[in-house]
Order: sequence, then C-alpha cells, then structure tokens
Amino acid sequence: MRFGLSSEQETFRDQLRRLLNERSPLERVREVAAGGSGYDERLWTGLAEIGAMGVLVPEEYGGLGMGAFDAGLVLEELGRFTAPAPYLGTAFVAPLVLSESGSNMLAAEWLPRIAGGEARIGLALAEAVGARAGAGVRNEHGRLSGTALMALEAGTADAFITAAGGELWLVRSESAGLTCTAMTSIDRTRALAELRFDGVEAEPLAGGKALTRRALDLARVALAADTVGAADAMFEQATAYSKQRVQFERVIGSFQGVKHALADMATALEPARALTWYALHMQTEMPGSTEAHRLACHAKAHLAEVGRMVARGATEVHGGMGFTDDLGLHFWFKRIGLDRQLLGSPEQIRAEAAAAMAA
Amino acid sequence: MDLSLDQRYLDFRDEVRSFIAANRGHAPPAVTFRDRVKPGPAEFAWQARLIEAGYAARTIPREYGGFGAEPDMLEQSIIAEEFSAAGVQGGLQGIGIIMLVPTLLEVGTPEQKARYIPKAITGEEWWCQGYSEPGSGSDLASLRTRGVLEGDEWVINGQKIWTSGAHYAQMMFCLVRTEPDAPKHRGISYLLIPMNTPGVTVSPLKTMTGRSEFNQVFFDDVRIPATNIVAGRGEGWKVANVTLKHERGGLGDPAKSIARFEGLLKLMKRETVDGSRAIDDPLLADRLMQLEAKVLALKFNNMRVLTADLEGNDPGLARLVTKYYGTVLNHEIDALAIDAMGELGVLYEDGEYLRDEGAWQAWYMHDLGLIIGGGSTNIQRNIIAERGLDLPREPKAVIPPQGMGGGTASGGRG
Repeated sequence: MRFGLSSEQETFRDQLRRLLNERSPLERVREVAAGGSGYDERLWTGLAEIGAMGVLVPEEYGGLGMGAFDAGLVLEELGRFTAPAPYLGTAFVAPLVLSESGSNMLAAEWLPRIAGGEARIGLALAEAVGARAGAGVRNEHGRLSGTALMALEAGTADAFITAAGGELWLVRSESAGLTCTAMTSIDRTRALAELRFDGVEAEPLAGGKALTRRALDLARVALAADTVGAADAMFEQATAYSKQRVQFERVIGSFQGVKHALADMATALEPARALTWYALHMQTEMPGSTEAHRLACHAKAHLAEVGRMVARGATEVHGGMGFTDDLGLHFWFKRIGLDRQLLGSPEQIRAEAAAAMAA
Repeated sequence: MDLSLDQRYLDFRDEVRSFIAANRGHAPPAVTFRDRVKPGPAEFAWQARLIEAGYAARTIPREYGGFGAEPDMLEQSIIAEEFSAAGVQGGLQGIGIIMLVPTLLEVGTPEQKARYIPKAITGEEWWCQGYSEPGSGSDLASLRTRGVLEGDEWVINGQKIWTSGAHYAQMMFCLVRTEPDAPKHRGISYLLIPMNTPGVTVSPLKTMTGRSEFNQVFFDDVRIPATNIVAGRGEGWKVANVTLKHERGGLGDPAKSIARFEGLLKLMKRETVDGSRAIDDPLLADRLMQLEAKVLALKFNNMRVLTADLEGNDPGLARLVTKYYGTVLNHEIDALAIDAMGELGVLYEDGEYLRDEGAWQAWYMHDLGLIIGGGSTNIQRNIIAERGLDLPREPKAVIPPQGMGGGTASGGRG
C-alpha cells in the first residue's frame, strides 16, 4: 500500500519543475499574460517533449496510458507556476472523453496529435452546469445553435468539447457559423471565450448524460488539482516572506498572529491535497462510478474554499507588498479565483453531492 | 498511488472478520453516550479473549502476557477498521495500555516490565496519568509537584489535575519535580505511584457536561519505593516524550470522525420538521457536505501519514495537523447535529424527545474539552508553525519574579 507518489512519479514531478522553472518563471508568465492567449509555445513543446501531453492518451495512440493521478501531478505543477498552458481540456479531459465516446475515428484523428503536442482542445461545458440568461446551446439535427459562455482554454483551441442538449459534441474551431470572442477575466494566464453557434456542424460523442457528467467530473477534479498547486505556492511564499520581513525588530514569522495564520493555512491545505489526490486516482481507478463522482464534487468544492482561504491569507501575510503588481502574488490569487468560479460554485456542487446522498 | 493490499493482508482481514463473527456474542455492549464507564468483568473477559486471538496487546512480547506478534501497522489498522465497521468493541483503550506499556517496553527495567505490563494489558491493574497541574497546562514542564528522596523512598507533595480514571485506577504514572536546582526540563522524574498509598486523595472534577470525567489528585507526604522511577532522576521529560510518540492516532483519529459523521447522516435523514427531513434542507445539507469533504480529507491525509510511517519517512505537516484538524472537525459535526434538531437540540440527560440518548450535546461539550486537552488548539498552531514550518519561537517575555514559568512549551496534556 502506498498513498502518494511512487519514485517514478517523483522523478516525473522533478522533471516538470525543472522545465517550469526554466520556461515559465514569473517574468515569462507576466509576458504571456499581457497577451491573454493563455498559451506559451516554448512551454507547450517542452511539456510534449517530456511526455506530459500523452499521460492519459492510450499507448495505441502514441501516449503513455497512465492514470489521472499522474496527469494531476502535471496540473498541480502548472498551478504552482501559474503556467499558461491549456493542459486541462487538451491533455486531461479530451483524451479520456474521446476514448470513452467510442468513436475510433475521432480518437485516431485527435489522440496522437494531443500526445505530440500538436492539437489543443477547449471545453465549452459551462451550460451543462447552468446556463446564464441568453446562454445555452441547442442541437437541431446534428447542427448546433446558441451561445456558450466561459469556454475554457479557448485562445488557441483547434476544437471544443461542447455540451448541448444533454450530450457532448466535438466542434472544430474553423467550422462555418462558429464565432469565438475572447472574454477577459481576472486570470490572464488562461483564455476564456464566448462561442456563438449558428447552425454549426458538430460531431456527436456517444455517451449522453453519463459522458457529460464524466467530462464535468474530470474538469472539476483538474481545477482542484490546479488550486492545490497554486495555493501551495502562495503558502510557501508567505512562509518564506514571514522569515525575512522584519518589523518591531523581529521577523514577523515570530509573532503568533502570523504563525497561527500560517498554521491554519497548512492545516487546511495538507488534508485538502490528500483529498484531491484520491479524487484524481478514482477518475481512472473507477471511472464514471458514483464514488468517483462524489469525490470529484468534494475535491472541487473543498478546494474552492481552501484555495480562497489560502489566497487571502497568504496575500495578507505579505502586507502591502502582497497587494502590488510588482510582487506578482496576484497571479496565483487570480488563478485560484478562476478555478473556484468555473463549472459550478461550491454551493451548487455541494447541493449536487447532497442530492445524491439524501436519496 | 497503490491502494491495494498484499494477499496476506487480505487473508488477515478475512481472519479478523471470521473471529468477530464467531465471537461477537462475548463482546461487552457498545459504550453508550453516557459516562465513561469503568471497565468491569465483561470488558476484562473480552480483553483476555482478544489477547489470545492476537487482536489486543498484539505486539506485546509473550513473556509479558501479550500475543507476541511483530509490529505491523497495516495489521493494526485492519484490526481497528474491522472492529469499528462491525460495531464491536475492540481491545481496552486505557491510558496504561496506550501510553505506559510502550514506554516501559522502551525504557523500563526488566523488573518493571515483568511487574507492570502483564497486569496493565489485561486491565487488572488500571492506570491513570499524572501530568497537568493547576499552574502547568500548556507549559507542562513548569510543573511543581515535588519528590524528595528520603532513604529508600520518594516523598511526594503537590497536586495533579485533569486526571481521568483516577477514581478507579490502581496506579498512576506521574511527572514529579525531583531536581529543583536543574533547568526546568531536566528536573523532572517519571514516577509510578500506587493510588492506595496513604496521602493520595482523589477528588472528582465536575465539568460543564455535568459529569465528572476528570479528577484532581492531591499528594500529601506520599511515600513510594525509590525503585518506582522509570529511567533516571531528571529524565522524566525525555520519558514523557517517548510516551507522547506512542499516542499516535489518538486525538485526530479519522475513524472517530467517520463514525461521528455517519451518525449525523442518519440523524439528518430521520429528523423532520413540518414533515420534511433535515437532510432536504438546503442550508443544512450544504453544511453536511462541507463536513463530509473534511472527513474524507482527514481520512486520506491519514493514509499519507500511514504510508510515510510504513516507509520509515517523516510525514511532517501531514501528521502535525491531525490533532487540530480532527478535534475541531468532530466539534463541527456535533454542532450541525444540534442545529439539525432545532429547538430539540438543547434537550439533555433524559426525556421522551431526547435524540440519540442526548449524545450530541454531551459530545459537543466533551469534544470542546478535547480541543483544549492534549495540547490546545493554540499550542497545536505553535507546534505546526515551529516544527512544521520552521518559524522562530516566540521570544521570552520578561517574567515576574515568582515561579519558574515563562516562555512557551508544547503539548501539555491531561
């Protein structure tokens, strides 16, 4: 029995950290964020080179055929560096959803390109959770019409996994009748868009509601993993800062007020990490099960709360500096803020989990 | 991530299950929500049966009356899980068994092991722990109960508090200041005191629950043999820290939170107002789900700790946070149960409308005691920050001239 990383996984994580240290330091994140594409070519090819893109792609399609926990390690590290890489839709949700949709043609077309870092797939799933006024996508005889908001990782996507009429569809970005308009959010490391569909041709992904739920479970647990990494980074920066910053002739980390704030963050974060790891593990251990769904709900909702608490607390430990653009702590603050809002508020997700439990 | 168990552990789990199925008729009734009961003949007979089968005192050597198995944390956790899942009481959980016995095994003399361990594990000789004093709670090492060696006897004077089980224990392991001139941590010895020694007075301490879960113990010229000392003079603090190491999983044990949460879930499915169930109230259900996430987080955190232990690694923060996290979580579970009962949530002791025998209010109060005891929440935060995050200790304040207190210490306990 081993709950945690194997030595191979530790090696893989170290490799990821080296790559991200080199290719995605804060100065680089800042440059890419200014453009708002949510995509950094050099980082992306680096991820493909170390095999990160193909972690969930089956071996027959040129991937590594590993588990969601392995891919979750990539997400956690991307969050740790607030890295602009559309990994969540492309390399975490798409490989499993496309393989499970039963369409060998789509799998054969897309999965090898995903593993090679040559294709990117965005997610237009917000309406499957709840449609804002004016939003919603309809299916009319295999053609989609309507509006999808907050489509994730849209900046450079070649196609979108789109929820419409209780089912999932693959929609190519160049399709006639599709317009993609960027939506500017607090988090400039990830690209969001409004997609307008006007009788757009789409390829159905067989699997109905179950596959839609599966895609949501995957995306939610991935957002939780991103938050774990981002919150960890903020917490570590706050701890380090509290050992350097001197006020009243003492490092501020010697004041119980600061110590206890940091201890509270550690106490929230450590068990939350274990919850997320298990939720990731279950996504490929018991895919589509009630248990995997329940854990995805809990991981997403819980990390939304823990993330907010750490983001706020770690910024506060930095005092006025935490509030500046210069320090850059806000990149993590905003990353965690976006993770929380996407694909279901904690209240909404808990209501979903409660309904299942009350039955 | 490998959560599978080797075949021999699966076989072991089957063995435990078969034992429980075949023997559960002999088990004493489950502990009620009422007073912490003094173990009696039914508990002792069950304990003897469990030791014989290897499900209690499992790793205690045979020469001291134990089962004599090699230590194996997975076997231990399988035993605990199976008894808990079956709702059958496991082995006795006295402080003598949990804390004293492992300490003697590590630092006791052969005579002490032979004299004390066999009777401690059967429950024949019940132990209590004399640590906290009225003036020494979080700063335990400032304790002032004094022991003076006169001839071949220690003469003890002073007072202990928060001593659970003292009113029926036969023995106490006790921290006593024997070297008044040494620095505070090096002036303490670990003494073994028979509770029937003249000069020992036990006085029950009634708490907010309305019950007396604890006692005060007074020592007035109490004379015990000079040999009733574990390790050397002035080594008591070190010995106590050996003991603390053995308290693993005690406070902050996820099994307790899981059981508590399941009780809450049942209550919320049963409890109705205007004909609709508590669990169908969106606000209560939201709180329930927040708590379930935390219970699961604690459970998986514990699996990380177990993994580190199995591999001989330091689990670091993952272990340091469990007491704080678990005790606060249990208290939140109790609070939701009370809120789900609405006005009836305040009923206590007896009456037709009491739910679960009034357990939730009793727990709500008792669990607050556990948030405080065993190193209070604020002490836990210091420990997490200082040991886990390597933050500097609070500088010492200027101390008023009387007494030897001052500074922070860690981990005062009952």
